[in-house]
Formats: sequence, C-alpha cells, structure tokens
Amino acid sequence: MSLLTAQNVSVQYRDRVALQNIDMTIDQGEIVTVIGPNGSGKSTLLRVLIGAVEPSRGRVIRKPGLKIGYVPQRLSVDATMPLTVARFMSLPRHHDPDEVRRMLERVGIPGLENRQMSDLSGGQFQRALLARALLGNPDILVLDEPTQALDQRGIGAFYKLLEQVRAEMGCAVLLVSHDLHVVMASSDRVICLNGHVCCQGAPAVVSEAPEYRALFGDGTEGTMALYQHIHDHDHDHNGHNHRKGNEHAG
Amino acid sequence: MNMLDDFLIRALVAGVAVALAAGPLGCFVVWRRMAYFGDATAHAAILGVALALYFSVSVFAGILLTALAMALVVTGLAARGHAMDTALGVLAHSALALGLVGVSFVKGVRVDLSAFLFGDILAIGQPDLWFIWAGALVVLGLIVWRWSALLTSTIGEDLAFASGINPHRERLVLTIALALVVAVAIKLVGSLLISAMLIVPAAAARQLSRSPETMAIWAVLLGVFAVFGGLESSLQFDTPAGPGIVVMATVLFVLSLVVGAWRHRNTN
Repeated sequence: MSLLTAQNVSVQYRDRVALQNIDMTIDQGEIVTVIGPNGSGKSTLLRVLIGAVEPSRGRVIRKPGLKIGYVPQRLSVDATMPLTVARFMSLPRHHDPDEVRRMLERVGIPGLENRQMSDLSGGQFQRALLARALLGNPDILVLDEPTQALDQRGIGAFYKLLEQVRAEMGCAVLLVSHDLHVVMASSDRVICLNGHVCCQGAPAVVSEAPEYRALFGDGTEGTMALYQHIHDHDHDHNGHNHRKGNEHAG
Repeated sequence: MNMLDDFLIRALVAGVAVALAAGPLGCFVVWRRMAYFGDATAHAAILGVALALYFSVSVFAGILLTALAMALVVTGLAARGHAMDTALGVLAHSALALGLVGVSFVKGVRVDLSAFLFGDILAIGQPDLWFIWAGALVVLGLIVWRWSALLTSTIGEDLAFASGINPHRERLVLTIALALVVAVAIKLVGSLLISAMLIVPAAAARQLSRSPETMAIWAVLLGVFAVFGGLESSLQFDTPAGPGIVVMATVLFVLSLVVGAWRHRNTN
C-alpha cells in the first residue's frame, strides 16, 4: 500500500481555510515535491500528513508502522537547554554511538558529536537535522523548507546530499520547498499547491501547466529553463492571484 | 527516640523530597519558559486552602485540586494560542487574592495563612512526610517514565508528532506534575516561593551541564544543597526557613554563573 494517503483533506482554522479537498498519495521510494506561494498551505499539508494537525474533513491514511524521518523548517533549541549533537541524534529513540558517528560522517559533519547544538552553523545544523531524521531507516523523509537558513551554495550542496543519501537508502521523500529550480530536477512528482492542488505530475508536465505558470508568473524562469525548450511568455501575469480554472492566455 | 520527631530532621527529609521532584520538573519549566505558569499554579494553592476550609476537606486535597484546575486552565489557554502574559497575571493574582479574602470568610477557623504563603517547617508532621514523599516520587516517576517523549516535545512539537509522540499529552504530564509539586512543597517554602524552587536550582544547573540529563541531576543536587544550607542558616540566625532555602539557592545560582564564566574562558 501507499506510505501516505490524503483523501479529500480539508483544514479549516478559525478564520480561514488552509487546505481544501486535498487528494494525494506517496508511494514507496517516491520523491514528491510540494511547491506553492507563501500562505498556500504547504506547511499545513506536511503537518496534516505527519499527524500534527487533524483534518477538519477527509482523512489521512498512514501505512501501519510507518517510520517518518522529519526535518523541520527550523528548530529553536532554547539556550537554556544544554544539548549535544550526539544527544539530539538519540531523540526520542536511542541509537548506537557507532551508527551516529557514521551518519554524521555521511551527511558531512564528522566528529561533531560533542558539540552543542546551539554552537552549530546554519549548514551544520541543517545537516544534523537530516542525520537525525535518517537514523533508524525511515520509510519516508519529510522535509519542510529545509534550506531556508542556507545561502545559495549551501542550498545546492544540501540538495545534492539529499539526493545521494536517498539513492543509498531508498526511502521516499516528501519535500516542501520554494527553491523551485533546484528541487524539481530530482522529483518524481511535483504538487503545485495553493490551498488546493492546482496541478500535479512529473516536473516537466507541471512546469508546462497553465495553473503552475499562473501561480508563479515570471519568477520561475530558472525552472522553465530546466524543463522547457520553448519559452512561452505569453501567459497571464497575475502572479499569486491564482484563480481556479484560470485559462491560459496564450 | 524517633529521629523523625525532630522538626529539623523532618524539614530536611521533606526538603530532599521537594528537591528531588522540583529539580527535573524545574528544568522543563526553564526550557519551556513556563516560569509564570509555575507562579499561577502555586498562587492558586491559597485559593485551594480557602476552599478546603470552607468545605471541611483536607487542605492537601484542596491545594492539589485547585492547583491542578489552575494548571489545566492555563495549559488550555496556552494551547489555544492566547497571549499568556496578561492572562496569567490576571489568573495568578486573582486566585491568590480570592484565597486570602476567602479564608477570612470561613467562620470558626483561625488559620495562619502565612504558613501557606511563606512555608512553615514546624507544621510538617510525620503524616505530611508520607504525603510529601509520595507526591515527590510520583512526580519523579512520571518525568523519568516520559523523559524521552517530554524532551522531544520540548525541542519541537512537530518533531514529536513525526515520531509518534503526542506533545499535548506530554504537556499534560508536566501540568499534573506541576500541581503535585505545588501541593508537596507548600509547607516547606510556601506558595509565594515555590516557583523559585523550580527555577533557581535549574537555572544554576544550566551552567554546569552539557546535556539535559546532567542538568536535571545537578538541579536536584543543588536543590538538596539549598535545602540543607537554608535550614541550617535559619537555625543559626533564626530566620524563616522557606525564604532561607531560596536565598541559599540564589547564592548557588550566582556561584554557578562564576563557574560557568570561568569554564567558558578556559574552553575558548
């Protein structure tokens, strides 16, 4: 069965609808990227899928015994809590020190076991988060904008690493990101979100879709360049004011 | 005859129990920035005293239930994302004031409220010791049992959810533990200073620790030390015991800052 399935999921907060009628599945070993403008419900979608938010309607089905490796957007370890990297790796479940050492080496931060989490640089911290998520061989790695705190070079390096370890471990990946041009290259499937699923499919298909272009306007030329040989700039320039059923102007 | 007949020994035995429970719980209070939360719960205890007298039930039960009710209300508000600063201030002080006013309405009973406000080690009898130790061991047991889940929830709620831990349930564990500590510690240090017993040893322990576990252990040790030092000095100088314990804890905190700064200089 699929690892994660959302069936007609809606999430309503007190004053607004965050997600509407979301249907999606993630299968074994699949790389799925969710993209969407700010406030499009990307993080809410992840939180519904990991069980942090109850859907107001619809339901989320997780494969029984599903092991999720979660990499949060950011983590503010309070300065009042002393926490070494090694201790963080074993939260909540204990892992063998040897295993921890190898994983830290694998993600490119060898020998940092005894450092305090608060002393790590942005890039090291993000790699530590990834290492922790990978320990215990998750079925699926869930990442919420994992490169927000990184600079351009760091972003590239992080995604390259992510791709490598995924290839080695074979876990599925669900990634929320706005680093469009970097992310789409390695995805099996892209879901374009704006409260509802605007369109989804292979990266090339999505980047051609009028809904996608309406949503991201001209800001995505990098992505287009990767997947489109013929640029068509004749589409509507209505930026983030995407309306469902918006027709392609060209 | 019986060693426990001596009030000082009883106070020490009670104090060790309080330190044992307050140390690890205090760490969570510090990490989760729940200091004000502890105050509200502790102040509600005075209202609990008034209610217990009015309904002629055990004062211990009154304190425990009122503290628990307050802790649950405050947790509920926090979970709904209310701005806590004002709400806590209103709740904490109105519970305290209501309790103070309420006690004076209870006819036929002359109660020395200062015993509950500032603690009264002379009032700790042998049956109290059993209550105090039982309560403290329950708190310690709860925290040890839930340790890993509590720690994960404290670091990140979503991190906890993804690992199959419900952080709301873990928060409830802390809420119950907090109410228990209030009920257990009130006779020793008094309602007004209970949250000091939670925060000050934990804050001092921070300077000496490199992991959450060592911080919790240090908080217990420093708490025990503060109890011994505070009781000793109150005997020497004939000063109130509860505040004396907190003063001693504060001295330890200042010393820990010095040690922390010295260590920091040597590692850099």
